[in-house]
Amino acid sequence: MINPYLPYPVRIRDVRVATEDKSLRTFELEFINSEDARAFDYLPGQFAELSIAGCGEAPIGIASSPTEGDNLLFTVFRAGKVTSRLHNMNPGDIMGVRGPLGNPYPFDKIRGKNVVIIAGGYAVTTLRSTMIWLLHPDNRDNFGDITFIYGARTPGMLLYMQVIQEWEKSGQVEVYITIDREVPGWDRHVGFVPQIVEKVSPSPDNSVALICGPPVMIRFTQPGLDKIGWKGDQIILSMENRMKCGIGICGRCNVGPYYVCKDGPVFTKVQLDMLPKEY
Amino acid sequence: MLEKIVFKDKLDGLLDKLGREYGLFAPVKDGIHTVWTAVFKAGDLDWNFTNTDLSPKGFLFPQTECMLVFENDPGSTEGMILKQPEPEDRPKALFNIRPCDAKAFAVLDLVFEQDPEKPDVYWKEKRGKTLLLGLACNNPCPACFCTSVNCGPHHTDGLDILMQDLGDRLLLTPVSPRAEGFISDLDHASEKDIKLASELEQKAVGMIKGRVNMENIQAGSIIDVFEHSAWERLHESCINCGTCTFYCPTCHCFDIQDETSGVYGRRVRNWDTCMSPLFTLHASGHNPRGGKLARFRQRFMHKFKYMPFRLKGALGCVGCGRCTQKCPVNIDVRHVVNKINNN
Ligand SMILES: Cc1cc2nc3c(=O)[nH]c(=O)nc-3n(C[C@H](O)[C@H](O)[C@H](O)COP(=O)(O)OP(=O)(O)OC[C@H]3O[C@@H](n4cnc5c(N)ncnc54)[C@H](O)[C@@H]3O)c2cc1C
Ligand code: SF4
Ligand code: SF4
Ligand code: FES
Repeated sequence: MINPYLPYPVRIRDVRVATEDKSLRTFELEFINSEDARAFDYLPGQFAELSIAGCGEAPIGIASSPTEGDNLLFTVFRAGKVTSRLHNMNPGDIMGVRGPLGNPYPFDKIRGKNVVIIAGGYAVTTLRSTMIWLLHPDNRDNFGDITFIYGARTPGMLLYMQVIQEWEKSGQVEVYITIDREVPGWDRHVGFVPQIVEKVSPSPDNSVALICGPPVMIRFTQPGLDKIGWKGDQIILSMENRMKCGIGICGRCNVGPYYVCKDGPVFTKVQLDMLPKEY
Repeated sequence: MLEKIVFKDKLDGLLDKLGREYGLFAPVKDGIHTVWTAVFKAGDLDWNFTNTDLSPKGFLFPQTECMLVFENDPGSTEGMILKQPEPEDRPKALFNIRPCDAKAFAVLDLVFEQDPEKPDVYWKEKRGKTLLLGLACNNPCPACFCTSVNCGPHHTDGLDILMQDLGDRLLLTPVSPRAEGFISDLDHASEKDIKLASELEQKAVGMIKGRVNMENIQAGSIIDVFEHSAWERLHESCINCGTCTFYCPTCHCFDIQDETSGVYGRRVRNWDTCMSPLFTLHASGHNPRGGKLARFRQRFMHKFKYMPFRLKGALGCVGCGRCTQKCPVNIDVRHVVNKINNN
C-alpha cells in the first residue's frame, strides 16, 4: 500500500538566492532513489509538500518542468517556521518531498489555444514550469501564441530573469516585464501588472489566461480583462490556502466543498464565482 | 435464517472466542461518565448505558497518532529520513458499539479511503482489523435524532454484527461475512424473538422526537446556504471552544506536527478543530476564516452541505447528539440545521 504521507527522501543539490532582499531562495532537489524520481510524475501547476524531519512541511508550487530532467526546483519565500528552516539549509542536506499534489493546469482542454500568462511576485513559480513545458518542442506546436506578462516590485525582485530573456530571444513568446516604480537604467515596463495587462490588451479570441499572483493583483486584473471581452471560463487561477495533508482529508484548505489541495489548486474563474470567498 | 440467540449469562463463550483474536473493548460506567474500557468477561459488560461520552473514533483515529519516525541525526547515514513505523499488532473488537458510532465509521471510510489507490493507510489498517459488534438502542437518548440523518437506533451500517437486547438475551444478526464464524455455533433465534426485536426497533424509532429538516439546505445553492441570514444570530453565543468537534464521531480534521527527543524523532497527527483561528491562518497573517461566524458556519456547512456534495449524499452527522449535550452554551445542532433550512 502506498502511504500518501511518506515523503520521498531527497538531497539538496543547490541553493540559490533568488532576489536582492534574500527573502526568496531557489532549491534544486535531487531524489536519493532513482525509482522515486520516476514515481514523481508531474505536470506544471502541481505542488509538493517540502518535508523537513523535525520541523514540518510546507506546500510549495513546483517551479521546474518535467521536461528539464529528474531534479526538482522550488522557489521559497521565507514566511514562517518551515520556510525559515529551509532557508538555513545547505547543499548536501537531506529532506523530503511529498507529491506531486493537486491538479496541473488543464493542458488537454486548452490545446490549440493562445495562452496568456499573467504573474505577479513570487507566485510566478508554477508559471515558470508552465512556460518551459509549453516551449518544449514536444508541446509548442499544440498551442497558439504565448504571451507572458510578469511584474515585481523592483528589478531585483524579479525571479528567473535569465531564462525569461532566453524565451524572449527565442522569438516564440511575447514577453512583458514590469516593475512597480521607475528605477534608473530600467528600460522595460513600469506600473502594476493590471495596468500592463490593460495596455497589452490580449485578445480573448480562442485564448485562455493563466493567472497567479497576490489577491490584489488578481482583483484588479479582472475588470481589465472583462472590459475587452474575456469570459470567466477562459480565466484559470491558482489558489492558496493553509494546508497539512495535501490530499483532501485533514479538512483545512477548503473553499466551499472543494479542497484546494485535492480539487485545486487550479480553478477557473467560473468555478470560483460559485463558491464562498474563503481564501 | 441467519439470526442467532445468546443469553447474556452465557456470553463468556463468545467473548473467549473473540478474545483469542481481538483485544475486547466495551462501554462501561465510570462515575457519571460512560467510557470505552478493556473488558474480559460477560460480567464486565454494562447493559444500561445510553452511549459513551467520547465517541469511539479514537480507536481508528487516535487523538495523537504517530505517522512517521526518523533518526534525528543529520550525521547518520539513515538520519533525517522519514519512515513508516510498524503498525500495532493486536486487532480490537468493539463490543456494544452503538449503531450511530458504527455509521460514523462508515462515513469516515468515505473520507479516509476516498482514493482507493492511496488511502489514508493509518485509518485503513486499523479499520480493516477492527471488529464492530453493535448494540441496538432500545432507549435512545433525548438529544438523539439519528432517524433524520440516514441512520437509526437499530441500523447496521458499518457493523459486523448487530445485537438486539431482548432483556435476558441478545438477538445476533451477522452483517459482514467475517462475523459469521464467531456466532456459527450459537442457537438459531426463534420467530418470536425476531418479531420481538423488530417491535423493539419500532418502539425505539417512535421514541426519537428530535427531527432535522434539510430539504432546502440540500436543494439550495452553496452560496445561498452560506449567506443565510440566520448564521448571524445562531453563531452569537458560540465561544469557538471546539468541544463539539472533539466529541463528534465524524469530525476528522487533523493537524500534523513533528516532535523530537534526542536522536528519536517522529511526525504525529493530532485532532484539530475548525473552530480555532489557527486552523486556517496563512503564514502571511491573512485568515480566510478570521471571524467567529465563519468558523461556526464552517462546521455545519461541512457536515450538511459540503460532505453530501462530495460524498454522494452522505452526511457528516449521524445524529448522536453529543455536540448538543456537551456544548457549554447549549447550542443544539437540531436547532441550527432547522433554522438554516428555513428560507
Ligand atoms: C498550492 C500552494 C503553492 C504554494 N507555492 C509556493 C511557492 O511556490 N513559493 C512559496 O514561497 N510559497 C508558496 N506557497 C505558500 C507556502 O506554502 C507558505 O508560505 C508556507 O506554507 C509557510 O510555511 P511556514 O511553516 O514557513 O509558515 P508558518 O506560518 O510557520 O506555517 C505553519 C504551517 O502552516 C501552513 N501554512 C501557513 N501558511 C500557508 C499558506 N499560505 N499556504 C499553505 N499552507 C500554509 C503550513 O502547513 C505551515 O507548515 C504555496 C502555498 C500553496 C497552498
Ligand atoms: S461546543 Fe458549542 S460553544 Fe464550543 S465550539 Fe461547539 S458550538 Fe461553539
Ligand atoms: S454533529 Fe453532533 S449530533 Fe451530529 S454526529 Fe457530530 S456530535 Fe453527533
Ligand atoms: S491540506 Fe488537508 S484537506 Fe487540503
